[in-house]
Formats: sequence, C-alpha cells, structure tokens
Amino acid sequence: MFIIRLVLKNTLRHKLRTLLTILGVSIAVMSFGFMRTIVTAWSAGVESSGENRMITRQSVSFIFPLPYSCLQQLQQIPGVSEVSYANWFGGVYKDPADFKNFFPRIAIDPETYFSLYPEFIIPADQFAEFKKERNSCIVGAKLAREQGFKIGDLIPVDGDIYPGKWEFVVRGIYRGKDESTDETQLFFHWDYLNEQVKISQPGREGQVGWYVLSVHNAAEMPRVAKAVDERYKNSRSSTKTETEREFQQSFVSMSSAIISSLEAVSYIIIGIILLVLANTIVMAARERTKEYAVLKTLGFSAGHVVGLIGGESMLIACSGCVIGLAMTFPMAMGFAKAFPTFFPVFNVETITIILAVSVALFAGVVAALFPAARAVRMRIVDGLRSID
Amino acid sequence: MSQNGTMIKVDHVSKSYRRDSIEIPVLRDISIDVPAGEFLALMGPSGSGKTTLLNLIAGIDRPNAGKVVVNGTEIDSLGESDLARWRARHVGFIFQFYNLLPVLTAFENVELPLLLTGLSRKEKREHVESALNLVGLGDRIHHYPKQLSGGQEQRVAIARAIVTDPTILVADEPTGDLDKISAGEIMDLLYRLNKEFKKTIVMVTHDPRAAEKAHKQMHLDKGELTT
Repeated sequence: MFIIRLVLKNTLRHKLRTLLTILGVSIAVMSFGFMRTIVTAWSAGVESSGENRMITRQSVSFIFPLPYSCLQQLQQIPGVSEVSYANWFGGVYKDPADFKNFFPRIAIDPETYFSLYPEFIIPADQFAEFKKERNSCIVGAKLAREQGFKIGDLIPVDGDIYPGKWEFVVRGIYRGKDESTDETQLFFHWDYLNEQVKISQPGREGQVGWYVLSVHNAAEMPRVAKAVDERYKNSRSSTKTETEREFQQSFVSMSSAIISSLEAVSYIIIGIILLVLANTIVMAARERTKEYAVLKTLGFSAGHVVGLIGGESMLIACSGCVIGLAMTFPMAMGFAKAFPTFFPVFNVETITIILAVSVALFAGVVAALFPAARAVRMRIVDGLRSID
Repeated sequence: MSQNGTMIKVDHVSKSYRRDSIEIPVLRDISIDVPAGEFLALMGPSGSGKTTLLNLIAGIDRPNAGKVVVNGTEIDSLGESDLARWRARHVGFIFQFYNLLPVLTAFENVELPLLLTGLSRKEKREHVESALNLVGLGDRIHHYPKQLSGGQEQRVAIARAIVTDPTILVADEPTGDLDKISAGEIMDLLYRLNKEFKKTIVMVTHDPRAAEKAHKQMHLDKGELTT
C-alpha cells in the first residue's frame, strides 16, 4: 500500500514532465493502434474468406475472362456443390478524383451468387424486387450510407472496361453478417451486362470474370482445384483454381511492400514509446538516487526500490496506453469516414488492442529495467553521497 | 549488549576504497569500544574517515578487515537482506541534510521505518505521534518538508530515527546544515535522548560545541585514531 502511495506521489512530483510523457506515450500508442488497424484492414478480405469457397479464374491473369460455357462443366466436377460467376465491371461514378466514389461494381448471377455468400443479408422483399428488374442493383449498407443511396435511386456509371452509359436502379440494400463483411459493393445482373455487351461490343458476350465454387468439404479443396485445372489444361482458357483465401491473399500480396512498411513503422513506434518512457524514468530515478539510498538505509529491500521505479514506469505506460487507445477509436472512425470505400472494413480489432496494451506494458517493464538494476546495485554510501 | 556492557565494538577495522586502479586507505586498524548508553562524538578534519567509521557501525558499509559487533551481533558477517532487517530494527539514522522524502508529510516520513514492522495502523499512528511530540513537532504532522525550517526538518529526521526505538542512534553531522540556534536545539534533543531514554549515540561532527554535549570525544586523522 505504501509503495502504491509513494509511486503515485512520485509520478505527480513533476506534473508537466509526467503529463508530457503520458502524452508522448499515448500519441505513440494511438499511432501504433492506427497502423495496426490499417494492416488488419488490408487483410480483412482474406480473414472474411469463406471456408468452403474456391475461385476459378483464367490462369494467365485475372483480367482475362473465362467462357460462360464452363459453368455446367464445373457443376459436374465431383466435390463441387454449387457454382456461381461474376465479372468485375469497373466504371466511373461521379468525380473519379474523389476516392469516395470508387467502390466495387460487380456483375453477378442473382440466382446463385448470394446463396454462396450468406454473409450478405438481403431483405427477402428487396431481393425479390432485385431479381425482377434487369438493370437493378443491390448495394452494401455502408456504401448506401456514404453515398446516400436509397431504394429506387438511379446510379449512373460511365463504363470503362465496358464502355457506355450505364444506369442501375437500387432495389436492395444488403448488410453484413458481422463487422468483417464488406458492405461497400454494388451488385447487378450479369445478364444485363451480357445483353448490353452483345449489342455494343459483339464478340465480348458470354464471358465470365471468375467462377465461385462451393465444395461439400473443405478438405476436398486441393482435389477439386486439381480436377478443375486439369479439366481446362489444354483448352484456350486454362484455369487457376484456388481457395478464396488464397485468391484474396494474392491481392494483398500485391501491396506487400506497403504493408511491410506500415509494419516496420509500427515497430519503430514501439521504439519511440520505449525511448520517451525510458528517458523520463531514467531521469526520475537518477534524481531520486539519494532517496533510494535513504530507503535502503532504513531497511527497505531492493524489491521495494524496484517496485517504486517499476511502478512509476508502469503507471505512466498504462495511463498513456489507456489515453492512446481511447484516441485510436475516433482516429480510426475519422479515417473510415474520410475514406469510406478505401478499406471496406476498417475496425479497431481486439488483437490491435491486445497488441497495443502488450506494447505499452513491455515498454513499461523495459524502461524500468536499467534504472531499477542501477538502483539495486547502488551501494548505500554512494547513493547518500549523490547530489540532488 | 555484551556481558561487559559494550554496545558497539569496532575491532581492528580497516577500510579502503578503490578508485580506478588506486587503493585509497580510509581507516587503518581502528578499535573502539562504546558502552551502552554512551554518547560518543567522532571528530576530525574532512577526509579523516569519521563518516566511513560511522557507516561501518551503522551497517551501511563493510570493512575490508576486522569486525564490527553491535549489541552482540557481528554485523559484517550478515548477508544483505539480514543486514537490512538488522538496520531497520537496531539503528536510527540522522543525516546532515535530513534526507526526508519531499513527497511525504512529516507524519509519513516518520512512519517510514514502521512500515517494515508488523504493527497495526493504530499502533503506528501512536508511535509516530509520540515521536513527533517528543521532538516538539506534534502540531506539524501534516506539513511537507518544504513547509518546515531546516531545524524542524532535522527534528522530523530525529523522530524518524527514534520511532522504532532502535538500539543505537548514529548521527552524521546533524547540525552541519543548521544555524546556531537550531543546532543548539538539535543538540539539546540528542542530549535528552541519551540522558532520559538511555540511547547509545555515535555522532560525527566538526562542531566543538556540539561535541561538548557528548560523554566522550574521539579524534580521527588520516584514518587513524589520535585520541
């Protein structure tokens, strides 16, 4: 009890210094939390991948399509339970310079796609309306919020991959099963795309960007992948089939340099936290050398002295951590609001909080190590001779 | 206390310090017997080794040769933890610059040595108040050191030294940082502790007037006893 009381009093002895140190630690913790949130947001697609879903795409590149005729053949591959397909549409909505206006626009097969993606929850009446109308679309709840889309709204899009003026009517708004579900996408009828392409660009019809396969058993995935790719090995459109996780991972790995840089910066931040805290604790312990010597003279043990130094270090580190984490949430929310579609899922994950707390505790312990060891080793007579 | 009434026995003690590769002798073959209840003043010029001798008696430093026996315990043979416990139980320290913890009140500073005892909260309070009353600071218990004069701070330090009722009191130039009047008050207090409470006191001082209060004066010069 006495140690706790003295730790509190010592911590408040130089209020400005303590305040600045706590502020420094909290800003570093906030930066760390924010960086880690970006890193986890980058991998959100990988984390939310379906366990039983596989993606079949053109083996050379994702940008080359596959024939629609593969659909029936894929359905007959042993182990495959369902097959759906989709096309990346692209296009330009409003001002392309405003990143907010970039969001995924994907042509899908309404009959099969959503049964493969049960994490997209659509009200039954809206889904029924969507299926009825050729140029209708379904948008994610987050996208609808950010863009102000409502049921019945017309969304004009300038085609780039598929040139022309396109218009989609909002007939449904889906929400995600949980926070990790991407709610920033726009889905419309593949049939609508195919019909328009047949008219405007004959020869490009009947093409599919990728197939989504659902398998009965995740353990069968390697066998199914091999069977699919073997099936099209010598065709004009050879395929590459992989798990959805691997498919998503391949996109993330394209940004690996950025992610690695962010991770490196987050580790540098740990070093900054350590330096800020260690500087204060070393200074404080040096100023109190004589007091530690007096306490040891009076019979207090080395453990008491370690408790005083370590306690002060941990108190500052924990205070900084709490404030830093409290600042991380509004910071992340502000970023998500400013760039709503940049990261479809941008949440401060529990693992980020655990990491930030661990980093702060680690810094608290390490910052106290040197001054505590010095105080323990200090001979009383040397400590008493020290100058305040 | 030994059978012949000796409270402190310094037996052929030598002490030297090493600075870089040079060995600096501080005390050479010192032997002293201090009977129980004695008030001894150690005098001598700066660097004569009197504070080092006081530190050896108080168990905060160890001799290179010889032994120090206090109240029948050969203290230089104790391990660090045992020595710390022994100090807490048997020695009261009074420093030249008081060495109070600035963030603690007079009450809390005096309470410090009692935190290592098994006394109840109520008992601790009674002991602290008694000690502060004894040094005449019963009305200043909630004052911080910076709110007290030098003389008052030293009296708080004396209260801290006596609050556990230690076997011996060691004082290192207790009046060295005080004006004449405050120094006189402190010496009167130490004299009273020796006279009324039979405390064995070893005091290092430069001040001949302070030394006059002691029963016995010993002089050190260049690490050797001269008288």
